Amino acid sequence: MLYYTLKRLALAALVALTVSFISFGLLYLSSDPAIAMAGETASDADIEAIRQLYGFDRPILVQYFDWLQRAAAGDLGKSYYFRTDVSALIGERLPTTMTLGVCAITFAILLSVPLGVAAAIRPNSFIDRIALFLSVMGQALPSFWFALMLIIFLSVSLRLLPTSGSDTWLHFVMPTVVLGYYAAPAIMRLTRTGMLEVLSTDYIRTARAKGLRPWVVLFKHALRNAVIPVVSLAAVQFGFMLGGSIVVETIFALHGAGFLAWESITRNDLPTVQGLILVFSLFYIVLTFFADLLNAWLDPRIRIN
Amino acid sequence: MSNRVLNVENLTVDIPLATGVLHAVDDVSLHVDRGETLCIVGESGCGKSLTSLAIMDLLPKKAIRRLSALDLGGESILEYSEREMSDVRGNKMGMIFQEPMTSLNPSFTIGNQMIETLHRHKNMSGVAARDLAKKMLEKVGITAAEQRLGQYPHQLSGGLRQRVMIAMTLLCEPELIIADEPTTALDVTIQAQILLLLKELQTEFDMGLVLITHDLGVVARIATRVAVMYAGQIVEEGTAQQIFENPLHPYTRGLMGCIPVPGKTKRGEPLGSIPGMVPSLIGEFTGCRFADRCDLAKTVCRQSDIRLRDPKTKIQGYRCVHEVKDLANNGVA
Repeated sequence: MLYYTLKRLALAALVALTVSFISFGLLYLSSDPAIAMAGETASDADIEAIRQLYGFDRPILVQYFDWLQRAAAGDLGKSYYFRTDVSALIGERLPTTMTLGVCAITFAILLSVPLGVAAAIRPNSFIDRIALFLSVMGQALPSFWFALMLIIFLSVSLRLLPTSGSDTWLHFVMPTVVLGYYAAPAIMRLTRTGMLEVLSTDYIRTARAKGLRPWVVLFKHALRNAVIPVVSLAAVQFGFMLGGSIVVETIFALHGAGFLAWESITRNDLPTVQGLILVFSLFYIVLTFFADLLNAWLDPRIRIN
Repeated sequence: MSNRVLNVENLTVDIPLATGVLHAVDDVSLHVDRGETLCIVGESGCGKSLTSLAIMDLLPKKAIRRLSALDLGGESILEYSEREMSDVRGNKMGMIFQEPMTSLNPSFTIGNQMIETLHRHKNMSGVAARDLAKKMLEKVGITAAEQRLGQYPHQLSGGLRQRVMIAMTLLCEPELIIADEPTTALDVTIQAQILLLLKELQTEFDMGLVLITHDLGVVARIATRVAVMYAGQIVEEGTAQQIFENPLHPYTRGLMGCIPVPGKTKRGEPLGSIPGMVPSLIGEFTGCRFADRCDLAKTVCRQSDIRLRDPKTKIQGYRCVHEVKDLANNGVA
């Protein structure tokens, strides 16, 4: 287990390094950063001054290591637009996004895993049809449309929930539902397929031949094996929620990291975009790492060679 | 207390398919006494495994089971609810499956999977359960039992896993064990060991054993009685001696003719085989199911269903229209 953990950790570190390099390169891919910083009216001398001031004239690898060092210390540079530290900016926005992400993935799992299990126990039954209907809907409905519909019904007509903002937990209900429901279909279908497959295995027959109670067969022997692929998928979905909830955050005016990403992209605020990409990627890497550990804990075949 | 451990009468298993109803098992009656080994032999797809699953009430959901009697240890379990059946399974009757590689749950230790059976049926847990599990592992010839309890199935070889399965089945000291081709997936050297082990344990625990196999060599070694199945029916039943020395049904005789005998089967000669194919069991079928492959087939064979009949011995039954003397005189296959 220790060896496995170290191996995964090393892999995660390498991926993080690669990602950091790409995210650093992003600044140069689009245009000359000195020109971008100086603005449209700047003279050549101004641009040159900025180039020297920020060290853009140095070799790119030197700049990279310099940047990496500062990034590791938490300094992601200054935002072109806000004129504040990018790390402070992101740190300010993250709690909102994290709250939404955690709520949404919890909602998605609580909705889809039980439904997937129920659907697998009785394939082609009424509950299976309901599950299929819900997942096709979730897959097909664009988030923005679903969000608007919820706002119209729950906020405008019924006046049950606030339309936008992030002041109370009530503000998070609709975003959670929209974002969670978007992630639910894949998890539900994977749970159902996994359960169906596991339920037809020999060891489930053995468990039944041992006279075990149906719920022990189902939840101990079957679900434990069926959720292994679901864990990996949920981790990816969660990573997506922590970074990509731009649509949902924009519609509900939740000033989270996704919203910040959208703002920064439209304003060409490259350091902020760069910082966000780095942070989002790190989320993915950390989540994948934990999903791998969780899988190893669930499946002894990964843990013990 | 009755000596009869298992009594099955008129078992029929039908499986509805898109193309019609598959009559997988037809009118099978069996019985096993304490200390007795009943071998069910027959080729793949003849309904051996479904028969065993039907006894355990573990058939696939869409299979329809019909029985006129099902008694275990002198008690009728025919009308048992699913809940009552689960009290019997793994407790009074246990089952060993063909595939030791996949029959144990990969996610739990051997100890965990053994102890849960004890916990379920004997309300045992903790040290007492662990000790008993360990004792059983030692009984089936597993060394370092204590260590094995903490291991996962993938850390064990096929032969060891099958021993674990046997130990697990024995935990509650069942009256009956059904072993569905327990050695088919194992190496030849291991096969013999496992069979001997089963035989020893059966004597020790004084259990009834139903052994399903298509290996006549296995049957010759450990069977007390033999039931030969063909296309979902028992075509012949008798003591091992009767079946091997004096097979009556043309199919049994054909089967015996397929065994190469050292000295008798000449080098270079093709091995014995029964020409033709097993009939499809989908849809209605009248007459002898073996008629198409039988040298003795007459018009009467195809006209009506043939009943299993007891000749004068009253022990050896066979499902054929012909008389014993006609069969014995005819060298089939």
